[in-house]
Amino acid sequence: MSRRARMLFALLLAPAMFLATFGKALADDAQRWAVNMPKGVTPVSNAIYDIHMIIFWICVVIAVGVFGVMFYSMYAHRKSKGAVAANFHENTTAEIVWTVIPAVLLIVMAIPATSALLQVYDASEAEMDIKVTGYQWKWQYEYLGQDVSFMSELTTPESEIYNTAPKSQYYVREVSEPLVIPANTKVRFLITSKDVIHSWWLPDLGVKKDAIPGLVNETWAYVNEPGIYRGACTELCGQGHAFMPVVVNVLEKEAYNSWLAEKKEAAAAVRELSKKTFTLDELMAQGKEAYDRSCAACHQVNGQGIAGVFPSMIGGAITTGDITSHIDIVVNGKAGTAMQAFGGQLSEVDIAAIVTYERNAWGNNTGDVVQPIDILKHKQGQ
Amino acid sequence: MAHGPAKGIGRWLFTTNHKDIGTMYLWFSFAMFLLGGFFAMVIRAELFQPGMQLVKPEFFNQMTTMHGLVMVFGAIMPVFVGLANWMTPMMIGAPDMALPRMNNLSFWILPFAFLMLTSTLFMDGGGPNFGWTFYAPLSTTYAPDSVNFFIFAIHIMGASSIMGSINIIATVLNMRAPGMTLMKMPMFVWTWLITAFLLIAVMPVLAGAVTMMLMDINFGTSFFNAAGGGDPVLFQHVFWFFGHPEVYIIILPAFGVISHIIPTFSRKPLFGYSSMVYATASIAFLSFIVWAHHMFLVGMPVGGQLYFMYATMLIAVPTAAKVFNWISTMFRGSLSYETPMLFAIAFVILFTIGGFTGLMLAIAPADVQYHDTYFVVAHFHYVMVAGSLFSATAAVYYWLPKWCGRMYNETMGKVQFWISFIGFNVTFFPQHFLGLAGMPRRYADYALQFSDWNMISSIGAFIYGAAQLLFLFNVVRTIRSGKPVSEPKTWEGAEGLEWTVATPAPYHTFSTAPVVK
Amino acid sequence: MFLFALFVMPPLYDMFCEVTGIGGKTSGPYVASEAGIDTSRTVKVQFVATNNAAMSWQFSPKVYEVVVHPGEATEVVFYAKNSTHRDMVAQAIPNVTPFNAASYFHKTECFCFNQQPLKAGEEADLPLVFIVDRDLPRAIKTITLSYTLFDITDRVTDGSVAKLN
Repeated sequence: MSRRARMLFALLLAPAMFLATFGKALADDAQRWAVNMPKGVTPVSNAIYDIHMIIFWICVVIAVGVFGVMFYSMYAHRKSKGAVAANFHENTTAEIVWTVIPAVLLIVMAIPATSALLQVYDASEAEMDIKVTGYQWKWQYEYLGQDVSFMSELTTPESEIYNTAPKSQYYVREVSEPLVIPANTKVRFLITSKDVIHSWWLPDLGVKKDAIPGLVNETWAYVNEPGIYRGACTELCGQGHAFMPVVVNVLEKEAYNSWLAEKKEAAAAVRELSKKTFTLDELMAQGKEAYDRSCAACHQVNGQGIAGVFPSMIGGAITTGDITSHIDIVVNGKAGTAMQAFGGQLSEVDIAAIVTYERNAWGNNTGDVVQPIDILKHKQGQ
Repeated sequence: MAHGPAKGIGRWLFTTNHKDIGTMYLWFSFAMFLLGGFFAMVIRAELFQPGMQLVKPEFFNQMTTMHGLVMVFGAIMPVFVGLANWMTPMMIGAPDMALPRMNNLSFWILPFAFLMLTSTLFMDGGGPNFGWTFYAPLSTTYAPDSVNFFIFAIHIMGASSIMGSINIIATVLNMRAPGMTLMKMPMFVWTWLITAFLLIAVMPVLAGAVTMMLMDINFGTSFFNAAGGGDPVLFQHVFWFFGHPEVYIIILPAFGVISHIIPTFSRKPLFGYSSMVYATASIAFLSFIVWAHHMFLVGMPVGGQLYFMYATMLIAVPTAAKVFNWISTMFRGSLSYETPMLFAIAFVILFTIGGFTGLMLAIAPADVQYHDTYFVVAHFHYVMVAGSLFSATAAVYYWLPKWCGRMYNETMGKVQFWISFIGFNVTFFPQHFLGLAGMPRRYADYALQFSDWNMISSIGAFIYGAAQLLFLFNVVRTIRSGKPVSEPKTWEGAEGLEWTVATPAPYHTFSTAPVVK
Repeated sequence: MFLFALFVMPPLYDMFCEVTGIGGKTSGPYVASEAGIDTSRTVKVQFVATNNAAMSWQFSPKVYEVVVHPGEATEVVFYAKNSTHRDMVAQAIPNVTPFNAASYFHKTECFCFNQQPLKAGEEADLPLVFIVDRDLPRAIKTITLSYTLFDITDRVTDGSVAKLN
């Protein structure tokens, strides 16, 4: 084979080989090459799927008809085959017919569309309410009336994103803690945002709603089938837009009740943990994990930040200077900047670990150790 | 009077000649098209595989934003303004546009605006990164420092469009040759007349939106900030009140071009001229009352959703009428398939497909799954690229001989068409699948199940991009050394006053008005 | 069109939202009339609090929900604490969902009518007195009132903040 042909062959083969390699990683995942939306696991997602397919098939039929006439004409009325042009350029009857028929078709489409929409909008008589708050770039879930609240952030490591480690099966669709809800229960979601507009989407549930700062939207879901369902943020919200997935774990009612009870106990346990004293090593290990999860999106895993946009952690006035200011900026954020108030998002243990880590990593080496009780005291204004 | 064009750069800086200005708009829009296309290549190269290979997510957001801004405001709108400038006076038998000096100003502020906009990419904090739709508060409270230049560029570009539209309306309403009543005007002139009214109505609204942004960012107002009693959703209403008519501004002149090309290569008059005019006017009217279909997920009450859904679906009726009329023009004609006709036929097919996905998007409950996904991206590229852009390309092939007196290479034209057609569909058809399967838009990275279609889409994009370079090559070679043609009527079936003047068109045409029967 | 967009659309938009309640915007102080209480049904009213962006006060409703009769004036309290080391001023912005309930939800006394200054370390109980209108459509059985708390300290010291209602 000539050199050129071999190169061409390799070029054509390369994508196929690439796909074949990926094929192994996703062999069990039937979602590759998907061409259609999922039917989903709620009555709403099924209603949406149904109306989608109705409209789709109507369009296909119309297209076949219309393009059929056109392709026929393109063949039969070629000048090269001797076709002589007719002279007609008006036909009022035809025009009326092809105005009325589409109008009638639209009315026919509008009826099931209307009923599907009314279904989507009926959030009344829900059995439980969950507040979903969009942050740059993660979600917070709060179980109203249950005193359970947690952040849900991407756990895919930077190494996978920047191609120094192979990608895991749920690349950019895995989180630190998924939302957990019971199956066969009408769950109402109250959706808002802390900062910019985000949008909360779970295709399998047929749920999507914009998360807008200053306003609360409501939507709902009734999931028939337990399972783990993955979705995404669907409104451009900055650099982490592709990196704040939505993951929900739908459990049978009993399992959900056990989970909820455990969560409440765990919350109490974390509060207890806040009174404990940790070693530097423990804080550094916990700190690195928490920093990579919650801080590195902006300040980067290497602590260097992004010039002109996110400050560097290395040798700065804050990370090597006064400890109280450092704690304050992490707990309370900095008004007028993108630095959020993490006091309401992370536990005292996490914050103490992060501050300790920041003060000692990357050559900062201050030797400072910050304990959870220091954070608690700071929050209480001491 | 009646001396030829001036010499040197002064000719281009100070010209008041509609042909020169048209030429400048066309070259400018092509340069912007290549620039916007470059941004698209960066996007598709990054999305070739999951993971970040080439750029950081923050820069990716600048690429998607700039791609949209440059293509919408720098390429597709100016190319039709260029065509309007070149063709409108000739088509109505007028010697030039009504306001030739303002015409010059309308053009020259554009390179300035886009130079400024492009320079923001090199500023500290980078260029605009909030999407071409620049929703608040991402584009206000969280915007990079360069946002003020972005706002300034939009203002300038809007002023250019408004001045251009005033010119077109004044020209068309006042300077038609005796005997050319409104209902005898060529379709391209009709579509531009209506588009010009749309522009005058909505560009000021865009200017209002960016001014409110400017005030929120720099002067402590709270138009879009809930803290001060404002509302981010207000931004979306103001923007889309402009934004929806904007997309009709982008497509109506394209419809006009097709209504010239299909009759020419079918050797048969346009079917249903008056209903084409009424359909265009209905589409333009309807375009004002459907804007919130871009906002179905924002938290609209059910009543509002139902209204906007029904009104949006209604637009399918006049649009379908136009498609049927084009096909009826071809039917029982005597068809030949030169390059302009190939692009025009592809327009009818692919724009109709885009129209179908538009109808699907109009269905508000289904939009819960489509909104802000690649399904929307596929839809608007079908109507704007395979629609508008293919029509503009067809127009260039169609009128190029009249402009420069030389014929383009027909074989190369056909090859360029097929590579474009294949490349376009390979790029954008899989994006329907991506959207339905769950991939949101403006994503720098994606989950593994989206890898296959993304790779195919990227390959298509590189193919399509290459075809545009072939187009450039063909056009340049034609102008420099194409086969000379001198019959006034380049194409056998062509009708219209522009085909009665010499080829190439003299610098001044219709200094004396013709009489139209 | 430009002047329309800039000067007429925002106030028109606000007026439209207030009158129709679309978008969940509630109106200003309400003067109750002696229409009486509808004891034939109850409505659940939930309370939700959100801190915006870098706002780090503790801010939460003292009760998460109450059950009221339409027409009955009810008082609830929100707790706020400025746990930072600087004096700050906040503004609470209300929002009601479902949106068609907004025009039936009347606040006769609300901390959201005014700016909320709190010194460093200071805490406060913020009262809200509301009445659910007797004409609330019977289909609506749950109303959720949410407050988003914004830090307006810089804007207040500028003197550039308009007073709300």
